Amino acid sequence: MAITYVNIASITIGSGGASSASFTSIPQTYTDLLLKASLRSTRSAQEDGFAFSPNGAGATFWMLLSGDGSSTSGGSSSSLGYGSSFTGRIPAASATSNTFGNLELYLPNYSNTANPKGFSLDAATENDGTTAYISLESGYYSSTSAVSSITLQASNANLAQYSTFTLYGIKKN
Amino acid sequence: MSDTQTKIVVDCSTGVIEEVALTAEEIAERETIAQAFAAAEHEKEVAVAEAAEAKAALLAKLGITEDEAKLLLA
Repeated sequence: MAITYVNIASITIGSGGASSASFTSIPQTYTDLLLKASLRSTRSAQEDGFAFSPNGAGATFWMLLSGDGSSTSGGSSSSLGYGSSFTGRIPAASATSNTFGNLELYLPNYSNTANPKGFSLDAATENDGTTAYISLESGYYSSTSAVSSITLQASNANLAQYSTFTLYGIKKN
Repeated sequence: MSDTQTKIVVDCSTGVIEEVALTAEEIAERETIAQAFAAAEHEKEVAVAEAAEAKAALLAKLGITEDEAKLLLA
């Protein structure tokens, strides 16, 4: 069964950055949603947190598994219940110049109104330094409302210029 | 958070992209997000410090150095 990917919309952050990026009025005609991003924060550090909010709501709940590639404290961590406030890490202003991390968010059955919506997310920072991160997450949006908007933002600063976000609709033929 | 408080919004039904100012509620949410990140960072730092402390205590108990411990595991 062929699967189609349709580019619903894209956002590129312009000069000066922006606090967040939002996709609104998402069509309810696809089976799943896939968001792909290339992004960086303006925070004065090697990394920043990343957060996404479906429908602008805070009533979310998910699990996080994060790997830390630090040369001095390499390891992994897992946490439960971060809510919509923290969803992995992205490179920031002190990471290698002009490099961007990548992130992929998958939301199956986003338009159903019977059950909470599960999701998976993976992200990796890019940094020619002593520390880099990879984040693997799963969880669910604890609402029966269909997902009609998604807001994406860095935890402590602006999304940097040239950060890009593309939302795909996936439909089974 | 002294950065410009604006967001880029794309209406997927029309493709129209706008840059709009954050509402007071959205600004408050950003503060919450920053606080959550700080809490997570603190939690991580505590875990790293506790692990290092436990490691040092075990090495002292065994009476060997970290390099000697690595030799045992090689």
